[in-house]
Amino acid sequence: MQMKWISGLLAATALATPALADKASNSLNAAFGNEVATLDNYMGTGREALVLARLLYDGLVSKNHETGEFMPELASSYELVSDTEIDFVIRDDVKFHNGQTLTADDVVYTLNTVSKPEFGARYQIAVNWIEKAEKMDGNTVRLTMKKPYPMALEMLAGNLPIYPAEYYEKVGSQGMSANPVGTGPYRLVSQTQGAEFTFEKFDDYYSGGQKSDAQIETLKFRILPEQNTQYAELLSGGLDWIWRVPEDDVARLASRPGVKVESAPVMRFAYLAMNPRRPDTPLADPLVRQAINHAINKSAIRDNLVGPNYALIDSACNPLQYGCTTDVTTYEYDPEKARALLEEAGYGDGFGISLVMSDASAQTQAQAIASDLGKVGIDLEVNMLAYAAASDQWRNNERDMEFTNWGSYGIGDVGMSVAAFFSGTGDDAVHDPEVIELVSEAISTVDQERRKELYAEALKLIAERAYWVPLWTFAMNTAMAEDLSLLVSPDEFVPFWDATWN
Amino acid sequence: MLNYALRRIFMACLLTLFVSFLTYGLIFTAGDPAAAIAGSAGTAADAENIREIYGFDDPLVIQYLRWVGNVLQGDLGNSLYFGQPVSELIMSRFAVTAQVGIVALVFAMLVAVPLGVAAGRWPNSLIDRTALFIAVVGQAMPSFWFALLLIILFSITFPILPSSGLDTWKHFVLPVLVLGYFSMPAIMRLTRSGMISALETDYIRTARAMGLSERRVLFDYALRNAALPLISLSSAQFGFMLAGSVVVESVFAIPGAGRLAWESIGRADLPTVQALVLCFSLFYVLLTLLADILNAALDPRMRMK
Repeated sequence: MQMKWISGLLAATALATPALADKASNSLNAAFGNEVATLDNYMGTGREALVLARLLYDGLVSKNHETGEFMPELASSYELVSDTEIDFVIRDDVKFHNGQTLTADDVVYTLNTVSKPEFGARYQIAVNWIEKAEKMDGNTVRLTMKKPYPMALEMLAGNLPIYPAEYYEKVGSQGMSANPVGTGPYRLVSQTQGAEFTFEKFDDYYSGGQKSDAQIETLKFRILPEQNTQYAELLSGGLDWIWRVPEDDVARLASRPGVKVESAPVMRFAYLAMNPRRPDTPLADPLVRQAINHAINKSAIRDNLVGPNYALIDSACNPLQYGCTTDVTTYEYDPEKARALLEEAGYGDGFGISLVMSDASAQTQAQAIASDLGKVGIDLEVNMLAYAAASDQWRNNERDMEFTNWGSYGIGDVGMSVAAFFSGTGDDAVHDPEVIELVSEAISTVDQERRKELYAEALKLIAERAYWVPLWTFAMNTAMAEDLSLLVSPDEFVPFWDATWN
Repeated sequence: MLNYALRRIFMACLLTLFVSFLTYGLIFTAGDPAAAIAGSAGTAADAENIREIYGFDDPLVIQYLRWVGNVLQGDLGNSLYFGQPVSELIMSRFAVTAQVGIVALVFAMLVAVPLGVAAGRWPNSLIDRTALFIAVVGQAMPSFWFALLLIILFSITFPILPSSGLDTWKHFVLPVLVLGYFSMPAIMRLTRSGMISALETDYIRTARAMGLSERRVLFDYALRNAALPLISLSSAQFGFMLAGSVVVESVFAIPGAGRLAWESIGRADLPTVQALVLCFSLFYVLLTLLADILNAALDPRMRMK
């Protein structure tokens, strides 16, 4: 009797489909593991904050991820007047959440304000290329760059949302975060900082943009720092969508009734960077670096410790990015060859080097890498530190290798990856003058074909000289209610306006 | 008495200052705060920019004195992470933590004290062994594991309680259970030993000889005396509750002060960390002072000193 009762209960919970209530009310409950610092797009540094910002605000253009084209958003059309000037014609039928109409003045105000260094935008790279914006006649705005910047449109598509001039001037960043006003497809209804954010569909959203025709009426985001709690809520129906599900948990979640797990490729990729400039370092010798590339069994590590949807890469970029050539020197797994190369370089007896990393979830991978290197005589000391400490040590040349990943701000252009690490800046551990020359020219060339050529040459050199061990591209796992349709974009942002209940 | 109190307060202030300065310095030893603020998607240039804006390149002592100067004028600054005033931020977080903490402490006492009294009255009996067992399990069991176990049991297998947030009274049950269970063992064992030693005294024997009921002997005489060390312990426990349990707040997604402190350290959100350290120190000072006063009020022997 008791057994029947217990098994009945268990069967009942197995039958209970989560999130039926949300489907009925046309709402979506999602959770993030990291806190959202602010809803002011220019002051937030976490991906989650920026995902929410895309709900609230629009940019002048937006990128179509399938075609790679820049579609009109707040600007109905644009024209590249010269190498440093773009003219935008602003739509006249766009409303802000507070009822005001968008004008060219708002565009001019936003672009001029956020590009000033004193404004303190957290990601300077999104704004520091802008010289000024000025209103031409009627609804036309001319944007002038400091020098030819080939990724101008890329930045304007999502990373430079337009704010209401009068409102932002009055309330400032704090006020904007507390009560955001934008032109986006959703508006904020309520927030409890550090806990939850509720959005409602903005009925006066204009049609014809990529974010138009949002289906779901209410979006509610909660901050749940503990992964297991997220799973519990998903399984009990409290949540309909979570992301960043570790590979290990995918099978477990997918096997539960009413839940499905989907994987989408994103711009992020993992790599091992080497520092050839430390005094008396063996890594100064390209043969040693090539040996390290040969010694690591990327395929086995990926298969056993990472995940099947993570594609191996050989160049220092994500193949999804414009300009990322895959036609470079490759290093197959060959420990014998590694040993031979080390012998040739005079390091037949091996040596010891130290590595720094800050992603706790990748520790087993680091151990595997260390084990592979150990087999060819290299003693790798793995140091797992908090991000601030790890980046401090790496940037101060205190470590030989870095094991990390890079999201390129979600931008599908090597100008955000290769240029970030090989242009002689503080993130460049290599300072190879030939590579720097190529990359520097590419950074300021507007001719897209020419850029591609230059980056291809640079990437070939980087692979030839084995400055990195490029590892794999990331796939983002999202777990959601079975009836929900929502895919993460390749830029690692989430288009909630495309979400539908089936 | 007044002299004693004043001296205690002065020492407490010095200690707070010292701890505060140490905390400030420690954040810098834990890596580059500018990089922490810029985040892992930031470039070296972003970090440099932030370093300039917030003056992280200035000597540590100068930065610290700058902060102290502001605090003395009543300005706790803005959170480097949220951009909001620190005072608002920590007040809202402490309100949440205090709610959960008070309920948890009350729960812990309501369970632990009667158990401790019973265990002290009948030592080495079944009830004593049970109480001891509960105490040992409570001290040995990691609260993280206990919390997850409860969630699996009461949110998934038998979905009767929610697993996160604090919207209704139901949401309080699991976090209070976990937090309270954590502090129960100490309270119970102290009550038990206090009771045992109180029950052995002559005046208890006299009270029994006078024919007083067992209930009166236990609660009006023995417990009163056993309770004295309990007051100090409770104040310490309450201080701990107010600091918030990072584990409980993370697992149950409670936006409290403990989680804020932990995450602010990782984010190098200096103004918030400093303000929180200041508050925690203040709490402990006030609570120990309160405990002392309560002790003095309840125990005439203390007043003689």
